Order: sequence, then C-alpha cells, then structure tokens
Amino acid sequence: MTATAATAIDTPARRQRRAGFALSPRQVWGLLFTAPYVAVFLGFVVFPVGYAFWLAGSPRLYVELADDPIFLRTVVNTLVFLIVAINVKMVIALFLSGFFTQKRWWVRVLAVLFVLPWAVPSIPTILSVRFMLNPEWGVINTLIFRLTGDDGPNWLNDPTLALTLSMAVHIWKSLPFWTLILLAGRLAIPHELYEAASVDGAGSWHRFRYITWPSMSTLYVTCTLLSMIFTVGDFNSVYLLTGGGPADLTHVLATLGIRYLRLDQVGLAMATIVCALPLILPLVFFMMKRLSR
Amino acid sequence: MRGVSTEAALLLVGIPVLLWTLIPIYHMFLFAISPKDAAFSGQLWPEHPILRNFGIVLNQQHHFLYNFWRQMWNSLAISCATAVLTLLIASAAAFAISRLRMKGGRLVMNLALFTYFIPAAFLAVPMYKTMGMYGLLNNDWALVLAMVTVASPYAIWILRQASDKLPVELDEAALIDGASPFQLFRMIYIPLMVPSLIAVGTYALLLAWNEYLYAFLLLSRETAITLPVALGNFLSADDSPWELLMTAGFIYALPPAAIYYAFRKYMSSGLTAGAVKG
Repeated sequence: MTATAATAIDTPARRQRRAGFALSPRQVWGLLFTAPYVAVFLGFVVFPVGYAFWLAGSPRLYVELADDPIFLRTVVNTLVFLIVAINVKMVIALFLSGFFTQKRWWVRVLAVLFVLPWAVPSIPTILSVRFMLNPEWGVINTLIFRLTGDDGPNWLNDPTLALTLSMAVHIWKSLPFWTLILLAGRLAIPHELYEAASVDGAGSWHRFRYITWPSMSTLYVTCTLLSMIFTVGDFNSVYLLTGGGPADLTHVLATLGIRYLRLDQVGLAMATIVCALPLILPLVFFMMKRLSR
Repeated sequence: MRGVSTEAALLLVGIPVLLWTLIPIYHMFLFAISPKDAAFSGQLWPEHPILRNFGIVLNQQHHFLYNFWRQMWNSLAISCATAVLTLLIASAAAFAISRLRMKGGRLVMNLALFTYFIPAAFLAVPMYKTMGMYGLLNNDWALVLAMVTVASPYAIWILRQASDKLPVELDEAALIDGASPFQLFRMIYIPLMVPSLIAVGTYALLLAWNEYLYAFLLLSRETAITLPVALGNFLSADDSPWELLMTAGFIYALPPAAIYYAFRKYMSSGLTAGAVKG
C-alpha cells in the first residue's frame, strides 16, 4: 500500500526530472567517479587561486613591488632563464635523443645512468654542486689551484656566473626527462623512411633535415613550451644553489614570491605571481588548445 | 675505417654525457665516504675511505640528525599516501571521462590540464595560506593533499590516454551482462590498466618523496618534516657538517633510484605515451 502510494507520488516528479535535466544512471556514476577529483580541484586549486587573486587585488602592492630594487632584475633573470636555459636544454635533448637511438651495449648502459639526475631528489644533488663550487674548499677551485697555482673564480659571488650555474643545474636536472620524451618521438618514426633515404644515398644531415625534423617539429615545440611553463615554477635550481644571492641579484619570480612569503608579505608574494601571468597565460592557452582534443 | 670514426664520434658524445651526469652524484658519494678533513682537501678519491659517516647518520648521532628515522618515516608515509590517493582519484576520473563518456567529462579533463599548467612554485604560495585556513599546517596530510593536487592532473591525463585505447566492446559486453559501472571499473578496467597504473603510481611516489618546496612551506616541526626539509635546515648553520649532509642525502637518493629502475619499463612507455601524442 505504501509502496503504491510512493510510486504514485514519485512518478510525476521523476518524469519531470527526465524532462528537465536527464540524469541517466551512467551519468550519475560518472559524477560519482569524478567527484573526488572535483573536490580536490575546488578545495586546493579554485579556492587558493581565488584567494590569491583577492589578496593580490590592491594596486598599492604593484607600486610597492615595482619600487623594490630587485624586482626588475628578477623579471630580467626570469626571462633570461626561460629563453636561454630552455632552448639550450631542448637543443641538447634533441641531439642526445638521436645519440640514444644508437644500438650499442654501452649506449644502452649510458641511457640507464643518464636518467639518474631526474629520478633522485634535487636537494642533495644541488647542494653537492653548491659545495663543489665553494671558492675555498670546493673541489673545483682546489683542482684549479693545484693545476695552475691560481685561485679559481668566486663562482657563486658573481651574479652573472651564479645565474648561469643555476641554469646549468636546471639543465642537469631536467635534461633526462625531455631527452626521453624526444627519444620516444624519434622511435615512433617509421624505420622504412630512413631505409628509403639511405638507398637514395642521403647523409645524416639530410636524414635529419628531411625525415626526423618534419616528424618531430610539433613535438619539439610542444615540449619547449611545456618546459617553459614548468620552468617558471622552478624554485629549487635557483634557491638551493644561490639562495637568490649574491645581494638578491639572482632571484627569479618563483624564488622572489617565496622570499616575500617567508618575510610574511603575502600580498607582495601573490602580486609577484600575478606579474608572471602575462608571461605564462598565453603559453597555457596555446597548450590547452593543442592538448585538449 | 668509417666504422672506427663513427665509434670515436659516439664516444666523443658519450664520455662527456657520462661525466656530466655522474659528477654531482659522485661528489656526494665521495663526501659520504671521506673523513671530514679529507673531504675538504679536494681529492678525487679519499686515501682512507670510511663508513663512519653512515654510522653517524643511521644512529642519529649528530644534533642535525636526531630525528633522521622519524623524518625518513614521514617521507615514506607521505609518498605512499600520495601515490595511493592519486591512483584512486585519477583512475576513477579517467574511467568516468574515457569509459563512461559522461557529460562534462571534457570539462573535467580541461580543468585537470589547466591545473597541470600552473607552475608548482606559484601554487605553493596560495596553497600555504589555504592550508593555514584549513588548520592543516604542520600536519602530514597537508603535504599529502598538496602533492595529490599537483600529481593528479598529469595522472588523469596519462590514464585517460591509455584507457582510450582499450576496446569499447569490452564495456558493452560487461554492461549487457548486467555489470554495474562500479563492477566494470573494479573487475575489468583496473586489471587492464595495471601497467599505466604502475607508471602513474611511481610518478606520484617519486614526486612526493623528492619534493622540497611544498614540504618546507607546509611542515616545520622537527618531528613532522620530511628528510629534504631537514637537509635544507643544514644550510641555516655556518658550521654545517657537510659530510653528514651528503651522507644523509645519498641515503635518501637510493630508494627513488631503486624504484625508478625497478619500474623503468613501465615508466618510459607509460609516461612518454601521453606526451608523444601532443
């Protein structure tokens, strides 16, 4: 009796729901399965980012930021880091991906070792580099002194040299990853193309120019842009090697933001990040278009 | 003759690559096996290699290292929790997007991709403030949740690409047999996705184990921090025992290297597949 009544009441409502926004059981399951991710996204992306923009809303912050003498230097450093380090890294990765296609036992062993910098934690390895560069007791200057009798340069005390070394550390750390990606791209090129080319007597440059590059160029550009987006957020390579020094001259936007945060100037920290948006948003939109198909 | 010159050219690339890759790691190892004074003399191999530094670190005999095992445990617990949560969240989302073809799946995928493109150091600042509001600072869960947020977008993307390749007929057959989507997920989808799940799980595990920035922002109590934060704290003192720092760092680098090599096969095919398509 109650069951019939319930059905009688339920039916119009259910019918209305079907007509309004049809939720098939499949759709309900879909929502259930995506709910955990959506919850993470709302709680730890939307809310923090919204809060960040709210904190960074005051124009006064940008005036203060622009007045900070290290800000302009930081922006320049970030641009240099992005343009120089990424392009050097990607060209080397492209070259090495070709090297690692060679079928030799020792090349295979080397490929296995080559991934180590990427797999191990940054902190001990970057600190190891930092210590090698110590002007008094570091191994590099000790060797220079032993071989030439002269004191080596004070590596991390020269802003240009220190930034260059930070870029080198960045390359050391992330080169293996991009080399592997480009290697996978090379291995996907049909081998018949190369066989046909060698029948035609094409040299290695021609094989690269007319077969490898045309099939890889899209991937190469995608990787370069992705790497740029990620590198804007590379905190470790600069912070652990130079700490932003000497005299705060080697900061990039990522380390500057964290520096303000540590000084309890959250508004400035957020404003620093907002200043990086014109740099990364175009890249992000381009990548979204390319990857979300 | 031509063969010889090719070989020489290959070696001319290979030897610098080998040196470039291994020198910082070798330098770390060299410090770990050298007595303090020998480490500072710039020798390429100590005259009397010792294991005493390992003993000091493992027995927590220096005030920088009183909580070494506790901090190792924190790293382990946090990275395992991150891997498990990332796998659950990402495989469920990828299943809904790719197999159930739910409405709005594309939107969820795009949100995830968008998150993937937020530079990690930039999200760290608002994340720190947010965790403070949630009352999670100095709680291991803060780091776990932050790492899940960072790891899951890439995980969803990789898993979606892999599951798009599974034949549709499989799902249809199971659904006709009366399986619910949950049974389909548990009995068919998960077993077929094991190789990609291993790749993604390893990725999340290594990401959390190696993380420094988020760990040092979110955790600060001596017994709550992970080992990278403890290593970073060595920098604050002028008379830091560098040989112990390098020893502890070397020990800390061993598990991720071992895990990477154990799952290398899955990693390179699983993680590069997604990127190549782009």
